[in-house]
Amino acid sequence: MSIGTNPPLAIVEEGIPNAAARKRGARTIRIRGSRPSMWVYVALGVVFVASAFPFYFSFLIGSGDASTLRDPGFFPAGNFIANALKVMSDPAVNFWAALWNSIYSSVLIAVAVVVSSTLAGWAFAKLKFAGGNGLLVFVVATMAVPLQLGVVPLYILFAQLGWTGQIGAIIIPALTSAFGVFWMTQYLRQAVPDELIEAARVDGATMIRTFWTVGVVAARPAAAMLFLFTFVTAWNNFFWPFIVLDRQNPTLPVALSLLQSNYFVDYSIVLAGVILATIPLLLLFVFAGKQLVSGIMAGAVKG
Amino acid sequence: MTTTQPRVISFSQRLSKWDLKFSPYLYISPFFILFAIVGVFPIIFTAVISFMDWDLVRNSGTFVGFDQYIWILEQPHFWTALRNTFSIFLLSTVPQLVLAIFIATMLDRHIRAKTFWRMSTLLPYVVAPVAVGLIFTVIFADKFGIVNTNLEALGLQPIPWHTDPFWSHVAIATMVNYRWTGYNALILLAAMQAINRDYYEAAAIDGAGIFRQFWSITLPSLRPTLIFVVITSTIGGLQIFDEPRVFDQFGRGGAGQQWLTISLYLYDIGWGQWNFGRAAAMAWILFLIIVTIGLINLAVTRTLLRTEGSRSGVEKSTRRKKVGAR
Repeated sequence: MSIGTNPPLAIVEEGIPNAAARKRGARTIRIRGSRPSMWVYVALGVVFVASAFPFYFSFLIGSGDASTLRDPGFFPAGNFIANALKVMSDPAVNFWAALWNSIYSSVLIAVAVVVSSTLAGWAFAKLKFAGGNGLLVFVVATMAVPLQLGVVPLYILFAQLGWTGQIGAIIIPALTSAFGVFWMTQYLRQAVPDELIEAARVDGATMIRTFWTVGVVAARPAAAMLFLFTFVTAWNNFFWPFIVLDRQNPTLPVALSLLQSNYFVDYSIVLAGVILATIPLLLLFVFAGKQLVSGIMAGAVKG
Repeated sequence: MTTTQPRVISFSQRLSKWDLKFSPYLYISPFFILFAIVGVFPIIFTAVISFMDWDLVRNSGTFVGFDQYIWILEQPHFWTALRNTFSIFLLSTVPQLVLAIFIATMLDRHIRAKTFWRMSTLLPYVVAPVAVGLIFTVIFADKFGIVNTNLEALGLQPIPWHTDPFWSHVAIATMVNYRWTGYNALILLAAMQAINRDYYEAAAIDGAGIFRQFWSITLPSLRPTLIFVVITSTIGGLQIFDEPRVFDQFGRGGAGQQWLTISLYLYDIGWGQWNFGRAAAMAWILFLIIVTIGLINLAVTRTLLRTEGSRSGVEKSTRRKKVGAR
């Protein structure tokens, strides 16, 4: 995708957005007058409220009880702790096991995806080898294959191994990501000039040393973003974990669906559970939201 | 003695040659070995199972040809699920794209606190679809949900969110839109920022207003990105499972299959009726639908955006305008 005067190092530019953006902004002034009108801020304010409202609403309901469902008012009632404790102690849900499973599986998946994608991405982007292009096209093509296509054989496979209900059954299938390989390949292609690798080889560096000192160092920003996206995706994943895990050993999304699946549902407890399950990702968003934003924007420029 | 000397050198040279030759394969092997097991094998094996009557106890199947496919195509539930999936897909994709373009345009202006506004549009993305589904299930509850209680307070009729198919699709599409609009807005924003600002300058000099500039410069330049967004939302949207699954506590798409989707139906065939042959056939049908719709969307998006010309077209016309202005 060649757009206008985009510099070749697009991801890096977007990763450190200020320099380019400021320059661009300065030019905009001449074209469109200075700061935009207040209506732009009003519109963005509406977007902000729409984004944040469901959290607040969920906290309102989660801090009430069955009687405040209909009219939660504008301010939280005092029941949140009590509801949260009910979620944590519900034997049908296994909240603590779910929390641990979610953390442990998401971290492991994200690390594995980053490692396997960086290795493969480096090979595809910077090393020439027979069949390389064909394999990359194949990997990209599989990105369009829906998850549902594989669940039946995967279930048979893990049932055979006696792994149904085991957290390993959701970790193993997620350890590789076609998107991750594509992402790292695209990034490394632009981030590392070929001359650098040639120079390293002339100096007698082995392939693994070149990878370690040139590739890994250059890959860091993209690897960090890939880690974040893989982590969020793994944390939120539901379809396959819901199939293969059970009440004894769920992940958080599965536990949330279990909270709701009683005949008589107390939604104040369900939404208290939603808040509990969302807090870890909200914390992640506070610390890494900026990286997520630049990650999405960098990925888009690549197309 | 004289022959050993060059042999030693050639050994290290050979080693280095091997290093050069085999390292790439070594680096891609962790990915491909795992990928073959958990990615490629299941796809092929699904195809095999879909032509079988799979016995869960014996863990093997007998070949039945296209029987499973025929069975699925004969189920009224399948056609209901297909209709629901398309309906939810349309209700989520179209408004979402329009809104995302609008938000991206706002974010593309020279605003203060840029990072804050960008982050606020992305906030919903970190919430699990299941969590989003549960929150909106309460918001859209028929009896106690705040939408209906407010409608009643205003003296209006409450909306049958869970009994009427169309309204249940609106509710589920809202969940999807909530989570993905901001994400897509950022993708479009990145594409907007990559547009050469000279075009706008030239257009402004030529007297084109903001809307004209948007229509003639921004939209055509977004073409490849819009195609990308449409294709990814097709792949994701047609697989929708999480949100409809938690839209009520039974998770079966409603008493009258009002919001039964293809993936919900697949789950029901596989892990409700425990018929893996049929579930595998269903999976392949879903895959073929996604490929077909993806290709149709590609064609439609291309045609819709073609009239305003490609990049080179814009370039030519702006150049002409510049000359004219002089």
